[in-house]
Amino acid sequence: MTTTLTINGEAKSFDAPADMPLLWVLRDVLGMTGTQFGCGIAQCGACTVHIDGKPVRSCMLPVGAVRDRAVTTIEGVGASPVGAKVQKAWLDLEVIQCGYCQSGQIMSAAALLAATPNPDDSDIDAAMAGNICRCGTYVRIRAAIKQAASQRQS
Amino acid sequence: MAVAEKIFDGLSRRAVLTGGLAGGILLSFHLPVRAFGVNEPVQPPDDTAGKFAPNAFIRIDAGGTTTLVMPQVEMGQGVYTSISMILAEELDADFSRLALEHAPPSDKLYGNPMFGIQATGNSNSIRAWWPHLRAAGASARAMLVQAAAQQWQVDPASCTTANSEVMHKDSGRKLSYGELALAASSEVPPKDVPLKDPKDFVLIGKPLKRLDTPDKVNGKAVYGIDAILPNMKFATLKACPVFGGKVAKVDDSAAKKIPGVQKIVVLDDLVAVVGDHMWAAKKGLDALVIDWDEGPNAHISSTDIWRDLRAASEKDGAVAKSAGDIVKGLATGDRLDAAYELPFLAHATMEPINATVHVTPDLCEVWTGTQVMTRVQSEAAKAAGLPVEKVIVNNHLLGGGFGRKLEPDMVVAAVRIAKQVDGPVKVVWTREEDIQHDVYRPVYRDNIAATLSDGKIVGWKYRVSGSAIMARWFPAGFQNGVDIDGVDSGIDMPYDIPNFHVEFVRAEPPAVPTGFWRGVGPNNNVFAIESFMDELAKKAGKDPVDFRRGMLGKNPRLLAALNLAAEKSGWGQPSPDRVGRGVSVQPSFASFIATVVEAEIDESGEVKLRRVTCAVDTGIAVNPDTVVAQLEGGLIFGLTAALYGEVTIDKGRVQQSNFNDYRMLRIDQAPKIEVHVIESGEAPGGIGETGVTAGPPALRNAIYAATGVALRRLPIDRAMIAAGKKS
Ligand code: FES
Ligand code: FES
Repeated sequence: MTTTLTINGEAKSFDAPADMPLLWVLRDVLGMTGTQFGCGIAQCGACTVHIDGKPVRSCMLPVGAVRDRAVTTIEGVGASPVGAKVQKAWLDLEVIQCGYCQSGQIMSAAALLAATPNPDDSDIDAAMAGNICRCGTYVRIRAAIKQAASQRQS
Repeated sequence: MAVAEKIFDGLSRRAVLTGGLAGGILLSFHLPVRAFGVNEPVQPPDDTAGKFAPNAFIRIDAGGTTTLVMPQVEMGQGVYTSISMILAEELDADFSRLALEHAPPSDKLYGNPMFGIQATGNSNSIRAWWPHLRAAGASARAMLVQAAAQQWQVDPASCTTANSEVMHKDSGRKLSYGELALAASSEVPPKDVPLKDPKDFVLIGKPLKRLDTPDKVNGKAVYGIDAILPNMKFATLKACPVFGGKVAKVDDSAAKKIPGVQKIVVLDDLVAVVGDHMWAAKKGLDALVIDWDEGPNAHISSTDIWRDLRAASEKDGAVAKSAGDIVKGLATGDRLDAAYELPFLAHATMEPINATVHVTPDLCEVWTGTQVMTRVQSEAAKAAGLPVEKVIVNNHLLGGGFGRKLEPDMVVAAVRIAKQVDGPVKVVWTREEDIQHDVYRPVYRDNIAATLSDGKIVGWKYRVSGSAIMARWFPAGFQNGVDIDGVDSGIDMPYDIPNFHVEFVRAEPPAVPTGFWRGVGPNNNVFAIESFMDELAKKAGKDPVDFRRGMLGKNPRLLAALNLAAEKSGWGQPSPDRVGRGVSVQPSFASFIATVVEAEIDESGEVKLRRVTCAVDTGIAVNPDTVVAQLEGGLIFGLTAALYGEVTIDKGRVQQSNFNDYRMLRIDQAPKIEVHVIESGEAPGGIGETGVTAGPPALRNAIYAATGVALRRLPIDRAMIAAGKKS
């Protein structure tokens, strides 16, 4: 079945069964490997993308359910000012270790800041608790979100 | 030129075909046993043409690009940056214009000087390579200087270098390393090049930005799981859930009907489904009806494993170290006995294990992320039935290693599957398979007896019982019944104790494969020792910090770290009700670290981590920000295990399967962490493992301080805390 999705502002057409999670469409059909597989059961957040700006775990989102909503992945998040600020804060504070979880962390953080420009610690906890980092970069993730938030206003 | 761009192009590199294990012999985990010939002119022939390639690590082309070949793998610990800093420091290379490459498999060129084989682990990358990489950089620099001096007809001693240029101050002339590359190639490497005085370092000691992170914020970084090849298929697999079990019968009629399923591969111990994408493979796998022959291990349970380990731990072990008179020591003063127990743990690297393999009649090519390049190559060769020089291994960035990727089993399985597939196949383990077919951190039991006199320890007898991982992984590390990793921080005691005795009992759990896990032997030793130290302090009626201070007289670096951690953590200041502070110290991996955990424990035994304060003397901190980051991350890794980590066995199989039942600490439970790096001129220590060993005993001691409950097992037992049973 041919499906067309708008991913990072570009129309992409491909063949995939409607029940196939968006994660595998991105990775295995479209070759967009920035979005990562960590658990497959919406427990780790490694696969987080934006659907119309909202963070969604793509490992459990059937591609048939996306329809005409806009998909943004880690490859495209830097095109928005908030995404670029998150990426910059991540590098400025050297958040990243192995990096495998960080596509998902950045997507969750960018969605948080888009919705809540000045998050407090409990906002950060609520938005980021679905993203596991096995390397344990949580202290810096929290600091980087705050830094990105402060730079948004300047 | 973009920094580090080459490391992300995992497909462009063709590994050089070299021999397999060179047979370096390891005599001690602590000692480099092999002088390493960094100036050997042996070069991978494919990428040195037209370049100045003075040794296995440095290539400079005429355009001025300096490419550094990374002998150790990048799994998050920042080692690609630290290694580059060391090489570039002595080379005086422009740090903003470096390209990095993953090393191909070669023990001869890239064997870790402490292991003798090409392996990344035991927090020894910087420790092992420090003198060799400095010499490699300095020697290359000297050859560039010689080439310039010859061109200018001046004394090489009148030339200086900086930012990839040689300068002659008197005449104002300069030549770039690129311009000198060709001429330098014919220079003879000098003998005994002087190294820089550390006070002249321009890179080492600075918190430089990592070279691998820019492509990790935009999806460009390439991990093993991201390999893409033309006409590649995707596979996922199920191994017999019971360790050692076999496939009896497979009904694949439903699976074959699933769109996108290409092939069912049935091997003796596993079944894989090959499809057009992971989704087809996974649906196909779920649709299989597999009968297993569960074999002889189907009755094994954690209860039996613990019963056997406890029994084994009551017997005498092989003596690892003995000083003074232990019989006399244990007969003097007040005696305390305790036993500590640690569970099986899975690694749960964020990137599930995987390998992409293409097998043809005369070649096997592998794309993966591994901590053991040459071992992967030799094991893949065996599985493919090809000579080792017919196996190409392309390494990648690792989405976490933690010791899991010190094993080649995932590559071996992928090769066995790929032999049945036309063209390349990417084999990805589901998280469930990754957790249920790990090579687990072994169960350990630590029996300790000690005596106290005048507030000091006079006798100390410590017996470690558990797997001898070395006996399998590195046989030279298991001698006379002692596993040198198993007793590592047990024999390396920081405290001044006159009568001291350490033993090892090899007790292998049946069927469950065991291996290295971040923190390795010390994560067991330090937990037992530092937990017991708090129980002894209580018995002696002393404050835990004061008690330790009194016995650290011969270990000034650790004492200084303890004093700093105590000061910064507010040790001794009043804390709220049900809040406790716990301390632990360790000299492990040649880094001297003191840690204070502050935790709040509620009536139900639930633990909230409030704050962790850490002071570290790791010698020269090559990149101090990386040292801080590794401690932050290591502490979270260790505290995760202390709070939740336990793999249990029932009916011969692992009961946990994914992050829903093998829990990870998340951001909302993460404490504040402060790391204080102590300035030091000593040679660099190891850092990747250290936070992992530091966190659990400090947390355990915080719970002890807050509640009086003396936990002697991990993960922490909330019911026991709630019951409030005091020691
Ligand atoms: S892979 Fe989707 S949440 Fe883990
Ligand atoms: S950086 Fe490695 S899992 Fe988060």
